[in-house]
Amino acid sequence: MTATLDIAPDSAPVDLQGRGQPLVDKTFRWILFLCLAVGIVFLAVLLAYVTIKGWPRLTPTLWENMPSLRRPEQAGAQSAITGTLWVIAFTALFALPIGFLGAVYMEEYANPTSRFTRFVEINIQNLAAVPSIVYGILGLAIFARALALGQTVITAGLTLALLVLPVIIVSTREALRAVPQNIRHGSLALGATLWQTTWRQTMPAAVPGMATGTILALSRAIGEAAPLLLLGAVTFISFNPTGPFSAYTTLPIQIFNWTKESREEFQILASATIVLLLVILLAMNAVAILIRNRTQKRW
Amino acid sequence: MSTALAESAAGGLNPLRQTRPRYGEKVIRVILFAAAAVSILTTFGIVISVLIPSLEFFAEIPITEFLFTTTWTPLFANPQYGVLPLIMGTLVITLIAVLIAIPLGLGSAIYLSEYAKPRARKVLKPTLEVLAGIPTVVFGFFALDFITEFVLKPIFPGIQVFNALSAGIVMGIMIIPTIASLSEDAMAAVPGGLRDGAYALGATKRQTALRVVVPAALSGIVAAFVLGISRAIGETMIVTVAAGLQPNMTLNPLEGMQTMTSYIAAAGAGDVATGSIEYKSIFAVGLLLFIITFFMNMISIRLVRKYRQAYQ
Repeated sequence: MTATLDIAPDSAPVDLQGRGQPLVDKTFRWILFLCLAVGIVFLAVLLAYVTIKGWPRLTPTLWENMPSLRRPEQAGAQSAITGTLWVIAFTALFALPIGFLGAVYMEEYANPTSRFTRFVEINIQNLAAVPSIVYGILGLAIFARALALGQTVITAGLTLALLVLPVIIVSTREALRAVPQNIRHGSLALGATLWQTTWRQTMPAAVPGMATGTILALSRAIGEAAPLLLLGAVTFISFNPTGPFSAYTTLPIQIFNWTKESREEFQILASATIVLLLVILLAMNAVAILIRNRTQKRW
Repeated sequence: MSTALAESAAGGLNPLRQTRPRYGEKVIRVILFAAAAVSILTTFGIVISVLIPSLEFFAEIPITEFLFTTTWTPLFANPQYGVLPLIMGTLVITLIAVLIAIPLGLGSAIYLSEYAKPRARKVLKPTLEVLAGIPTVVFGFFALDFITEFVLKPIFPGIQVFNALSAGIVMGIMIIPTIASLSEDAMAAVPGGLRDGAYALGATKRQTALRVVVPAALSGIVAAFVLGISRAIGETMIVTVAAGLQPNMTLNPLEGMQTMTSYIAAAGAGDVATGSIEYKSIFAVGLLLFIITFFMNMISIRLVRKYRQAYQ
């Protein structure tokens, strides 16, 4: 360490309790605190603004009525709510099994020093940082056009599943890693096979961590709009999806469509829908935190 | 450990001979491997899906024209495909975001890691991370409807409704948690002994934080910056909503601009005929975006490995 320390010889002796800190140090501390405060105040202003602006429209019409471009004062977001549920159900259906099993392979089966494992690890890290719109391009080229699934619920589900897969794999691996080795060794010593050990001992012990990661991944998928712009969600939809091959819209996309309208009623409607979306996301996050706190196990 | 387990499962040097072959275990292993391989297939899928239409695009539009000319008018009767205005828009907005996010993110990280008491940290850190969980379309709405209208208009009366500044500011706030939490991880990995050494030499807390902890965690902090920049370049919804959809070769942040991502979003959202040159241009811009973010992600991953190796 080559840090040079400029302590003036005539400076007063530093009080170890920190009370005699020079003014620069106190100011520095306050500047750092302000840096943190900017983000938190911004969040508070954002939440307050959308709640106040959307308040007049936070009524049952929001989820009872369908979107309408002609009569914003009566429009709702029902097709967006049901569309979100359909799309997320398919995202979970595809992403969860693949994510869990892939993580089990990486954590319990793969040789951690092999080149292949390291390649897969770097690949997952990179996928987690690929812009979401690029996943939209993948969905458009492969699912919508090449596999001819069209602009449907299932295309959106598959695309978002690939998008959140890295998040699920990383969090599941962390959950598995937190299970102590003794549990595995005990099971293997009793004659269980590797899969019996994983399925009956390691995975059950990791369930809370896996659940937390899953909820966070799915809440990211619920808020995602960019890839769906390429996958046909923008079309004006005023009916609930009827199946995996139905056209759809989702809450973030409905918000986006309303922000494009110039009339103020639509901006109010967008605010109300934002509040609805944020309430759903906050509820999911609260559940994730609850699971984590309830089941925190000391081994 | 998993090596040992993996070897014994494969039946390598197992002193207790297996009494009967367990085909089920092998099948399961193959299934698990296939699940892990999906991530590789995804990367492969991305590369294939952007590359093939891009190659067709470059067969019609010379790559030099694409990269080095300054007019992007794909919807005109005589369309021109010079991507520089989109790159300019991306750069201006990313630069604004970075100017906000780097000082604020690093400051937050130093405060959380070196100054905050454990109880305060337990509340402040998750609160800051809520920012990372807000959908980006919400940030876009806030940039257009609040920041431009109530913050920027009073200061710059001539500002356009759609402008780069509001999008850049909000994007900067959005990436604070990314930068803060990765930088904080890196600072937390700096051994306590280095801090104690500095204190023993009479350094104050500020001197210790700035001259010992930050330099020691530098590779992790730079990794956080690079990842934050990569996220800003790839962010779509904020710019699509708040920065407008007009390609604009300017440095003036009070004007509207189109970025690479908002072009892809706008062109892809319209009903473009498959195989048309406009359809292929989505992929050409996508390829450029993927290459840029890919290199930035790789730099970030490398740097994170570096500090992990140094202190673990």
